Amino acid sequence: MSAPTAYCGTSEYIASPELMQTVSVAVVLARPMLIKGEPGTGKTMLAKSIAESLGMPLITWNIKSTTKAQDGLYVYDTVQRLYDSQFRDHDVRDISQYIKLGRLGQAFVADERVVVLIDEVDKADLEFPNDLLWELDQMEFNIPETGETVSARHRPVVVITSNAEKELPDAFLRRCVFHYIAFPDAEMMRRIVRVHHPALEDRLLELAMETFYWLRNVPHVQKKPSTSELIDWVQALAAGGVDPDEIGRRLPFLGVLLKKDKDVDAVLVAHKTRGARAATGR
Amino acid sequence: MFTTFFFFLRAYGVPVSLNEWLTLMEALSKGLAYSNLSEFYRLARAVLVKSETYYDQYDQAFQAAFEGIETPIEIAEEVWRWLRDPAAMVGLSDEEREILALSLGSLDLGELQRMFEKRLAEQTEAHSGGSHWVGTRGTSPFGHSGFHPGGMRVGGQSLNRSAVKVAGKRRYQAYRADAVVGSRQFEVALRRLRRLSSRDETPPDELDLDATIQATADHAGALSLEWRRSRRNQTRVLLLMDAGGSMHAHLRICSQLFTAVNRATHFKDLRLYYFHNCVYDHLYLDPTCHPRNSVLTARVMQELSSEYKLVLVGDASMAPSELLDRDGIIWWGTVNEQPGIEWLRRLAHHFSHAAWLNPIPAGHWDTIYGRHTIAMVRSLFPMFELTVDGLTLAVRNLVARR
Repeated sequence: MSAPTAYCGTSEYIASPELMQTVSVAVVLARPMLIKGEPGTGKTMLAKSIAESLGMPLITWNIKSTTKAQDGLYVYDTVQRLYDSQFRDHDVRDISQYIKLGRLGQAFVADERVVVLIDEVDKADLEFPNDLLWELDQMEFNIPETGETVSARHRPVVVITSNAEKELPDAFLRRCVFHYIAFPDAEMMRRIVRVHHPALEDRLLELAMETFYWLRNVPHVQKKPSTSELIDWVQALAAGGVDPDEIGRRLPFLGVLLKKDKDVDAVLVAHKTRGARAATGR
Repeated sequence: MFTTFFFFLRAYGVPVSLNEWLTLMEALSKGLAYSNLSEFYRLARAVLVKSETYYDQYDQAFQAAFEGIETPIEIAEEVWRWLRDPAAMVGLSDEEREILALSLGSLDLGELQRMFEKRLAEQTEAHSGGSHWVGTRGTSPFGHSGFHPGGMRVGGQSLNRSAVKVAGKRRYQAYRADAVVGSRQFEVALRRLRRLSSRDETPPDELDLDATIQATADHAGALSLEWRRSRRNQTRVLLLMDAGGSMHAHLRICSQLFTAVNRATHFKDLRLYYFHNCVYDHLYLDPTCHPRNSVLTARVMQELSSEYKLVLVGDASMAPSELLDRDGIIWWGTVNEQPGIEWLRRLAHHFSHAAWLNPIPAGHWDTIYGRHTIAMVRSLFPMFELTVDGLTLAVRNLVARR
């Protein structure tokens, strides 16, 4: 294998062996990879990391609820052309000047192999993935307005992320390589936090993580805190000069971890019983 | 052994298609997983499994298929044996055979065999020298395979068997979809319940090119843009939930469904009422089912058009008299002119799409205490069990054209 296909994570991004292999498989087979996982497990970061590791430029296509598949390929600016025809200062017979390539289109015509991130594909309409089937499979599309066919000079590495808000169609899934980023265990988490805060005191990290995992297991917490929130929290704890022993007792900066009033209440109730149990245990 | 893996996957309920299977062949022929069985485990999973809800079934199938296999070379040989005679794969439909023949016809088998042999030759080198790129991972900073919290050392002993061992741990059991799971999956299932239509009161936001050209021509060439409304979701839902005593056992699952329904923002309208065991003259606004907070069932039906999707949630288990008799209503001091079954019949008749979700597992419907009333209710409404799979089926039923 030539060097650029082997992905081993980057100094900024810790990947599990499973994830590394999925990336390698997708790169070698030139198939899109579909990444799912809880929010905050680093799905979007992965694309950046792949681009950095393989030395390819990254093109990001952020999907919104109104995004259509066509937007990623090209947009034909009819209104501009109509306006121009009114004022006659352009040659409106040349349609190609009104064709603007979308993110995927740009990736196809790029001079080198690029990484394309289709971020949060499930935000779009249910039909969206189906509309992109052919383009992602053949890596080419046709512009009927000009009769031109845009085909990829180099098959881009396509990373698609999904939060599972909508089911993706089977035909689309069949063409992808899939990976589910499981929530990191303590060992993995320790390394991830270390990457972001190398100078962190061991004891602070241990106690913060202990409280963090306890908090994730409190029943009735609807929005469980994620990796990115832990990283922020640890930073807040370090910056605030919190005594590590106080973390489990006082739950400082809880707002960094929990974003809902109900969740805060649930955690405080659970915290009280936990404290009482600890007291009687002593 | 190798093809059995394919059938094990299917037998365990992982929806693997031949396309994906052939992708796996392609990946293997490109040498993506020959240094050890763990890599084969990950490769096959990445290519064949498309949802974390099937990870658990995948693990089980993997364990069943590769129990006792020591090295990936054995797999490679099996792959090759299979490629030489793919038609020997039993249990395929004719259609699938055709796809297979077509796809394999386009492969250069001689080339493939050379690649396999080369790969196998490299394999021994990789094992002794560890120079192969996949092999180097063992000495890379990621010395732990990270398969489970305990951390199995890559490069340690019995590496080849670890994939089966790992598969045997069933770490993804929690993600299964047929298990009773959280409201999130319900939400996902509910999202299918939608119908797009442009009959809406929203402002027009899409350029109508034909109308624009027409209008521009009408204005003697002065550009005038015409817009039309884009399509919006039109689904209206009427949800009726049983708040009777026998439902207490299913409180958790019902509240998860309730949360999911409430969070679903894609309904044009959502009405929610409660009933006690069976629907009678009144529907209740809250789960206490107090007559003070009630509306007339007939009124609700009058108000809501038949386009509303009717979803009833209940165990449908009650004394037959509650369903069949006049004044059968279980609450002392309340009466009903019409038997419950008549009200259910009216509902079924009024709404063109209806589904009954039952928290009791489908396997018990014919045997448990409420089997008589369940059977009667089932004759009126299509009944589904209240699991993610059941809800998905129900939703499919609700959006089907009549």
